[in-house]
Amino acid sequence: MTLLAAEGLVKRFGGVVAAKDVSFALDPGEMLAIIGPNGAGKTTTFNMVGGQLRPDAGRVTLAGQDITGIPPRAVCRLGVGRTFQVAQTFLSFTVLGNVQMALIAHHGQTRRLLADAAALHRDDALALLDRVGMAAQAARPIGELAYGDVKRVELAIALAAAPRLLLMDEPTAGMAPSERSALMALVAGIARTERIGVLFTEHDMDAVFAHADRILVLVRGEIIARGTPAEVRADPEVQRVYLGHSGTRAAERAKRAHG
Amino acid sequence: MEWEFLLVQALSGLASASSLFVIASGLTIVFGVTRIVNFAHGSFYMLGAYVAVTIVPWLLEFDRSPWLFFAGVLLSALAVGAMGVVMEVLLLRRIYRVPELFQLLATFGVVLIVQDLVLLAWGPVDIPGPRAPGLRHGVDIAGQRFPAYELFLIFVGPAVLGLLWLLMHRTRFGVLIRAATQDREMVGALGVNQAMLFTGTLFLGAALAGLGGALQIPRVSANPQMDLSIITEAFVVTVIGGMGSVPGAFIAAVMIGLLQAFGVLVFPKITLVLVFLLMAAVLVVKPWGLLGRPEAAAGRAVLPEGILDPGRLDGLTRALVVVAVAAVLALPLLDAYAVKVGTEVLILALAAFSLNFLVGNGGIVSFGHAAYFGLGAYGAGLLVVKAGLPMEPALVAAPIAGGLAAALFGFFVVRLSGIYLAMLTLAFAQIAYAVVFQWVDVTGGDNGLVGVWPSRWAASREVYHYMVAAVTIAAIVLLRRVIHAPFGATLRAARDSAQRADAIGVDVRMHRWLGFILAGAAAGLAGGLYAFSKGSIDPTLLGIPMSVDFLSMLLLGGIQSVLGPVAGAAAFHALKDFFLPLTDHWRLFMGLSIIAMVLLFPRGLAGAWASLRRRPA
Repeated sequence: MTLLAAEGLVKRFGGVVAAKDVSFALDPGEMLAIIGPNGAGKTTTFNMVGGQLRPDAGRVTLAGQDITGIPPRAVCRLGVGRTFQVAQTFLSFTVLGNVQMALIAHHGQTRRLLADAAALHRDDALALLDRVGMAAQAARPIGELAYGDVKRVELAIALAAAPRLLLMDEPTAGMAPSERSALMALVAGIARTERIGVLFTEHDMDAVFAHADRILVLVRGEIIARGTPAEVRADPEVQRVYLGHSGTRAAERAKRAHG
Repeated sequence: MEWEFLLVQALSGLASASSLFVIASGLTIVFGVTRIVNFAHGSFYMLGAYVAVTIVPWLLEFDRSPWLFFAGVLLSALAVGAMGVVMEVLLLRRIYRVPELFQLLATFGVVLIVQDLVLLAWGPVDIPGPRAPGLRHGVDIAGQRFPAYELFLIFVGPAVLGLLWLLMHRTRFGVLIRAATQDREMVGALGVNQAMLFTGTLFLGAALAGLGGALQIPRVSANPQMDLSIITEAFVVTVIGGMGSVPGAFIAAVMIGLLQAFGVLVFPKITLVLVFLLMAAVLVVKPWGLLGRPEAAAGRAVLPEGILDPGRLDGLTRALVVVAVAAVLALPLLDAYAVKVGTEVLILALAAFSLNFLVGNGGIVSFGHAAYFGLGAYGAGLLVVKAGLPMEPALVAAPIAGGLAAALFGFFVVRLSGIYLAMLTLAFAQIAYAVVFQWVDVTGGDNGLVGVWPSRWAASREVYHYMVAAVTIAAIVLLRRVIHAPFGATLRAARDSAQRADAIGVDVRMHRWLGFILAGAAAGLAGGLYAFSKGSIDPTLLGIPMSVDFLSMLLLGGIQSVLGPVAGAAAFHALKDFFLPLTDHWRLFMGLSIIAMVLLFPRGLAGAWASLRRRPA
């Protein structure tokens, strides 16, 4: 059954059409990458799915339910976890506190006045941190972590909502190359074992071709190609407008590595 | 109503609008470039009037010509512009990078200093100015007499708007001002001499305020209350128009001028409420004002200024708390005066703690917390004096009054953030103040009401002290518990990253609103207790100086600490109580202290305590 479906999404900013008739579908456990040059409308598309932007036209459905234009907090409650291009965490909290906060919100306990927040959901939070490999850093203030580790914690925060769908806007932006592939492998593993759909945008072609099940290529707000990594790799139009030589080489490398 | 009458009414509205615009344009330009909301802008306005009533009559001695009158007005504006340069070089330059709350407090420190200096230089008596030669007559408009000077003022606003437009579009300085208003960092990156730009901007802004003040002298006498009365109106104009937007300020000034001129006809006593309704309506539809634009989000994440980790009390701090509570309980062993001061400290500590619940824990910088304190006091006091109820139900009503007011104002306040939020809280507080001040039949107006005494069992100072201690300590313990609870953590989370909080399913606005109501109710309770400790209520309980006192307690105590504001309240009130009778220049002393604290001691007592504790033994 389709987990997420976008149908004919349109968004204009003044005279600029940032998204023009964007449609796609995503199944549980599937990793769908949106790629495209800067300004192609990737983040716009993303924000229309996540509730940060309301589309001018079109529909977004999650497991058949219309979620077009509802606010992010409501999208979250329907089982959508989200990470941002620039990691968004609670800077004054510890690593553990960040995940505990997400769990408190997930359990609808944010209005409790007398419980001790630091004692709530400790074990669950530690388990989530363990899954992203950050349990050893649990007690540290999140502001002290390296950026790659912050991104991992942000993933744990997103997972705290027990999501059916993860929205990851450039999950590896700002990370070192070695950290990138480790993070993407982690996300792919979690997605497949727990049947979580992942929609992500990415500039790192190695990460895209190694981990995406399907790829959408967005240029100037329009989808110019879609398909499996092999199909997109072979598309002459994509090679011309976007991948260029280095992108094509990355696609070749991924092909050799993953057979 | 005759149409002639309406026409004259509209003209007088336009005259006020014109004056208001001249002042507000300076405020909005300074904000646009420096991102500092300059409280002292009202002081510049007042100084403009005082300088003008000094030099204009002197000039008119030579020749009673209109030219000399206006030369004097312009000279006054330039002199005030020079004072703006002094303020920029001595103070603002050092605080461009400190948190907004501290910037606001520091410029308010300048307000206090100027108030005392004006009293020293010109004395407490109002000084009437000369009327403008050549414009003393009335003009016949549709059979009604209309003062020529007012007619002249109508044209000043558009003229200043036109000159500012030329300056902004035809000169390098003006282009830089517009560029800095849009993106200050980019202007710096392009190699513009920022120090010169900022100093020049302050000159322009202060000169406009001075011009506004100098132009008023034929209409109103120069008086020491001019600064705070104008600053609220100027804030309202800049907020409605959009901060940083000069045309926005013009539109807003015209709207307010006309609203007041015609509002007087319909609701003679509550024109301020109409202004409030206009502002609320605009902000609901356009949260950044008519022509303002949203604050560009900072690209990088910055550690918030406030409570970071509420944590647990360590052993020594716990011991300190026990000693403090024991000292409070032992005060009746000393004299009656110590008991009185101790009771007040407890009450102010609760008010300060409730404010830091918003500021330190929620990142909601309220500049009008005295409104909830004062309305709590009036809620309790009116029940006793007017309805004849005893103390107990009145004290139950106090937090309800504070909470209801916070619910009403907070509904609008939590839609905004940062400096807009601070200005809106201030404006609401001023409106509450004006209502209490003007509604003489119910509130007793300026004189307030007396006879707010405790019930017989609590009539002695000592018993009342113990009752206050029980109530305030219980309330502080409870609020502290809330800071550690999920609700408090959620407010901190929303402060750190509203976007992240939203994405994990938190309704940020709703939680901020509930937090605002809780803090308002706690302040209201403190206000109720205060009313009974004094036996009376009066409008100063809601005034800006009271709000600033509360913020100074936070500053002194340290907003990063949970219990710091309590220590700050104790230290502040003890100092004030000790020094106030000794000096005629309390405001000068207080203003200098606030500025010194912002510059030298921004972590407050709690910060000093923490660094003392960290030092290796």
